[in-house]
Amino acid sequence: MKTEAKRLMRGSEAIGEAAIRSGCSCYFGYPITPQNELTEYMAKRMLETGRVFIQSESELAAINMVLGAAATGARVMTSSSSPGITLKQEGISFLASMELPCVIVNVMRGGPGLGNIAPSQSDYFQATRGGGHGDYRTIVLAPASVQELFDLTRDGFDLADEYRIPVIILADGMLGQMMEPLVLKDTPIAPEELPEKPWTLRGAKDRPSRFIRSLILDVNLEEEHNWRLYRKYQRIERREIRFEEYFTEGADMIVVAYGTAARIAKAAVKKCIEKNMRVGLIRPISLWPFPNEKILDLTKYAGHFMCFEMSMGQMVEDVRLAVQGKAEVSIYGRPGGVVPTPAELFRVISRTYNKILREKKA
Amino acid sequence: MAMDAKQLAEMKKVYSRPECLKDTIYHFCPGCNHGNVTRMVAEAIDEFGIKGRTIGVAGVGCCVFLYNYIDVDVMEAPHGRACAVATGINRVHPEKIVFTYQGDGDLAAIGLAETVHTANRGENITVIFVNNTVYGMTGGQMAPTTLLGQKSTTSPYGREFMGDGYPIKMAEMLATLEGAAFVARVACDTPKNLMQAKKAIKKAFKMQIDKMGFSFVEVLSACPTNWGMNPLDAYKRVDREMTPYFPLGIFKERTTADYL
Repeated sequence: MKTEAKRLMRGSEAIGEAAIRSGCSCYFGYPITPQNELTEYMAKRMLETGRVFIQSESELAAINMVLGAAATGARVMTSSSSPGITLKQEGISFLASMELPCVIVNVMRGGPGLGNIAPSQSDYFQATRGGGHGDYRTIVLAPASVQELFDLTRDGFDLADEYRIPVIILADGMLGQMMEPLVLKDTPIAPEELPEKPWTLRGAKDRPSRFIRSLILDVNLEEEHNWRLYRKYQRIERREIRFEEYFTEGADMIVVAYGTAARIAKAAVKKCIEKNMRVGLIRPISLWPFPNEKILDLTKYAGHFMCFEMSMGQMVEDVRLAVQGKAEVSIYGRPGGVVPTPAELFRVISRTYNKILREKKA
Repeated sequence: MAMDAKQLAEMKKVYSRPECLKDTIYHFCPGCNHGNVTRMVAEAIDEFGIKGRTIGVAGVGCCVFLYNYIDVDVMEAPHGRACAVATGINRVHPEKIVFTYQGDGDLAAIGLAETVHTANRGENITVIFVNNTVYGMTGGQMAPTTLLGQKSTTSPYGREFMGDGYPIKMAEMLATLEGAAFVARVACDTPKNLMQAKKAIKKAFKMQIDKMGFSFVEVLSACPTNWGMNPLDAYKRVDREMTPYFPLGIFKERTTADYL
């Protein structure tokens, strides 16, 4: 397949186009700002390509349509924003238990409650801790550019199928709305070209009937089911960790940020480097599995990790666990939909950095 | 009296287990009509020869173990969401036969929105709705269909319209929707009604096979355990108390499909 030229694309549309090129044959969605552009894009493109688009009566219905379509083996996607993702948690727990692959996009907005429609990162806990009831995990990928929205959505479909697990694309209102150049380097695949899955429900023709369930009343069987899921999660933790490093080598202080916050952090850290400050950035791309070992390894240079999040501080808990007490961990959070500037963050980093230097001298 | 070999050879088998009804013991309580309804669905699948392309969606409650009884592919839906799950399946595979099997708590309370909108979209699926006026599996709590004055574990003094509201008439409600192609209410209390019920269930599947749209069969059923009655009294209650409020009959029957 030939490489396509650069094109200017909106973030939410990049997600949609990635789904189309991944062979996604069903999209189910419900209107909520700031992700309507994705639903609208899918309404147009899915019908154009002869695939299934339904605007459901609720997020609950949408995620349960995902459940049904995924059980037949189809690649399927739904998207929403924070309050809508809360409603989808019922279905996500079922998808996890039934081991049904799908891609779920959360274009995060300010919360709690209805909150607002500004970009936010306050759904980190919900996304990385399963979100619904029961012992389970979902793969959580956090893009930081339009190109990554596209690439990670494509990877998300592959990961979902490989591990039979729901994959969450954790974006925010800023990423969804922004326009950036995008290069389509991938080879598109049509739904009918996808390999057959051996476990699907398509009618018991010339084979014994199958069922997909999540009710397992026998506690021993349910325990076994949980352990089996757990072993799968361990496998994912070993193999699917993703992150980006920026001037981490030899850094005295490392900023930890993901998504939109990481873009701001990168600009701030760049300024630090220009001023000869030994500050680096680590950007987790997979939020679950989390790059624990990488962060622990970086404690050999840095004595201070500063989390920067567009929330009161949620990922910071994972960073604290990761450093195992070998470094200081602090948080600079801006909740409620506020997007701080690189200049503001640079001031905060400088303050902390100078304090570290003073303490070092003392 | 023992029969000789000749008499035996002359006998004709007129009634047997449907091919797609598994040879197992129901978990249903004695006198429960779920067994009848499950069997009638299995018979209909056999009679249309659609076993290899049928996918069932089980609601939550006494209907949840559908896969133990009907030998077709079965998906278990979250509570109330069977119609949404069936929509997902059917849209991917419009040539398959997709049916849901749900109780009244599942379909008429928690799953009301999914049911109404699936009917309204005219999804080409069949919904089998077992109405026994209580939440059965959870132990006899008040359902949306619990009759006025009926005692349940959560309406211990009897259902009152002030506070509890009125019993919901699902068949009548769905019949008002343009998307619904076939809507009927039947009962299981007498042999005659059983035959009518079978006819309606078969008709519902036929409508789907002919791609006519959304089919809905409400089956009035007895729940002797949660009603605190023996099975015979329970069947009498279906006739004396349920059918006057939930009249039997066909509420809607489309003769041409929307797209024709």
